[in-house]
Amino acid sequence: MTATVTSNAPAEASAPTQLTMAGALNAALRDAMAADDRVVVYGEDVGPLGGVFRVTEGLQAEFGDERIWDSPLAESGIVGTAVGMAMYGMRPVVEMQFDAFSYPAFEQMVSHVAKMRNRTKGRVTLPMVVRIPCAGAIGGVEHHSDSSESYWASTPGLTVVMPSNPADAYSMLREAIESDDPVVFMEPKSRYWSKAPLALPVTTAPMDRAEVVREGTDVTLIGYGPTVRTALEAADAAADEGLSIEVVDLRSLSPFDDATVGASVRKTSRAAVIHEAAQFGGYGAEVAARVTERNFHHLAAPVLRIAGFDIPFPSPKLEEYHLPTPDRVLAALDTWEWDA
Amino acid sequence: MSLNVEHVSTRTLPSEKPLRLLDNAGHAVTGAATGGFGLPDTETLLGLYRKMVVARRFDVQVTALTKQGRLATYPSAYGQEACEIGSVAALTAADWLFPTYRDTIALLTRGIEPADILQSFRGDWHNGYDQHAHRTAAQATPLATQALHAVGLSHAARLRRDPIVALTFLGDGATSEGDTHEAFNFAAVWQTPTVFVVQNNQFAISVPLERQTRAATLADKAVGYGMPGYHVDGNDIAAMYAVTRAAVDRAREGGGPTLIEGVTYRIEAHTNSDDPTRYRTARDVEHWKRRDPIERLEKYLVSEGALTEAMRTEIADAAEALAARTREVMTTEAELDPLELFDHVYGRERSALVEQRSALEAELAAGAFAGHQGAAR
Ligand SMILES: Cc1ncc(C[n+]2csc(CCOP(=O)(O)OP(=O)(O)O)c2C)c(N)n1
Repeated sequence: MTATVTSNAPAEASAPTQLTMAGALNAALRDAMAADDRVVVYGEDVGPLGGVFRVTEGLQAEFGDERIWDSPLAESGIVGTAVGMAMYGMRPVVEMQFDAFSYPAFEQMVSHVAKMRNRTKGRVTLPMVVRIPCAGAIGGVEHHSDSSESYWASTPGLTVVMPSNPADAYSMLREAIESDDPVVFMEPKSRYWSKAPLALPVTTAPMDRAEVVREGTDVTLIGYGPTVRTALEAADAAADEGLSIEVVDLRSLSPFDDATVGASVRKTSRAAVIHEAAQFGGYGAEVAARVTERNFHHLAAPVLRIAGFDIPFPSPKLEEYHLPTPDRVLAALDTWEWDA
Repeated sequence: MSLNVEHVSTRTLPSEKPLRLLDNAGHAVTGAATGGFGLPDTETLLGLYRKMVVARRFDVQVTALTKQGRLATYPSAYGQEACEIGSVAALTAADWLFPTYRDTIALLTRGIEPADILQSFRGDWHNGYDQHAHRTAAQATPLATQALHAVGLSHAARLRRDPIVALTFLGDGATSEGDTHEAFNFAAVWQTPTVFVVQNNQFAISVPLERQTRAATLADKAVGYGMPGYHVDGNDIAAMYAVTRAAVDRAREGGGPTLIEGVTYRIEAHTNSDDPTRYRTARDVEHWKRRDPIERLEKYLVSEGALTEAMRTEIADAAEALAARTREVMTTEAELDPLELFDHVYGRERSALVEQRSALEAELAAGAFAGHQGAAR
């Protein structure tokens, strides 16, 4: 195996420009591919088209079709071949076109990607990234808006992260590609076009860390991916009523950053978690249980979950009724006994 | 992809009668039935014979140890030696093998130690050998999944311009799985140096081939993917070796993947927990026992005067020595460290696992599992 790293030197920092999350992800892939020729990218329509969300735009023209190419249309095939490529020392970054189309690859994900290090006592590691555009609010038809994070997060051996903004998207994707363990990299579709001024390359907090994105004293709202914005909007609205809300962006779903979340909850003594996925058995149940187990005596009220309904993801014209809104967040907070 | 190769015409259907170089009486076959493949030289055949005899002795020994409760489970390859060894012997040490649970004797042929091979079947750890050292992946249990790994690895090797081939085994039942289709198709589209060997041993646990497919032969499937397919007598190791060798050479030269179906039979039960009398007749088993792959080659080698009594004794001694070594390692309890459970889940430390490890450590220190170690067996 003659893998060569062409350059590890960071690219020259550019002047800040307005970048979308899709653009930041594109830049992260470009910089990762330029820095390490073991990084290869493939999936459905990622080549000349640049991916249906244009995250891989221009990369094939730049790196050629031995570094990035369109694979046959088969998700188990994409993930399963990435296992073999990673075994040979490549660092494949593969794309599942939409959340619900990752399910054909479920077996490869849970039986091989997640377990390879463990089965082989660490002798075989899989440095691969599976990018999954996820969640709703883009008017997608059936099977284009699922939140599948809890399937992956409850699988030992997988690292599951979800950025909520362009800077994190860039930094976390670079870190995911450099990780020697497989990473499920979830990209909230509704945030692809969100913009921020960025000077690349940018390094934000390590990807296993949660971040307090808004300080507050009365309540901790825990969101990730698309619901960080929901939490921030709820916090703004609550501020008008004199309620001070702290917002934590989890960023990493597995591992869970108990320290950051715990510190916030002990400060505010009240916590709620927000996600788009169904509530029953969902990721919020884990968050609520962890927060309660570790901070019970600091809590003034039960940890709440504000989630999608326990239904299959609705069709485009009905999804607004399903998705957690800032109003629903505030209404949920009203169910606490505030005087107690 | 720019790694294009000249188009190989794959419109020809594999032969309806399995291709063979030695018939059941051990006579060299001539004419169309050989498919144009030549009989390997006597020295090669003697080497293959030796490997088969040793592997069978090993298989019989492991089956016996399973009955004594030394292994949790063992899927025997008794009767499939020609498929397993004929194809694996066509690989170089640098090539990769992607085996299934059934292919334990193929691992032996790759030079892996019995103790390391059997770790997983006796329940010590999921995989017990160094995959990179032996260029042999962990045995796959979920059907057909490993075929994609073989395609991915061989594709990566090709991108690196390393002349490496990956060979993977599939059972007849596994060819019905979606991953088989995806692996065949990816390999053909990407023209990867992959060799798929389907061991058609007639049954998937209890389900016979005719309930698995309506294709005339499993090798026929190759045509639809645009790769060559060969329908081979899987009890003829000369044919299995020659056909695989040609496929491996073609793959190495950039000629893309090949599908090889070896028609064989599983003489033993699916695993030790299976009752094959419920789905097949003793007569059927007897019929296949008379087509034994080892006896067939032996007849040929004896008739050629290539296999002497002295050689036979020497091979039998080597087989007994391996069986003895296998008994020995399997009757020695391995030291297992429960705390190692947490060591190989992630490369980086995880606080949750550190906490859980400490909790188990405390339990162990308090004697919570005293005398329990290994009791699950
Ligand atoms: C995906 C999957 N489904 C079911 C099983 C359970 N199973 C184990 S072996 C087997 C039969 C496989 O038959 P075949 O592919 O012909 O291989 P053989 O055991 O005959 O070598 C089944 C159904 C499995 N291991 N993986």
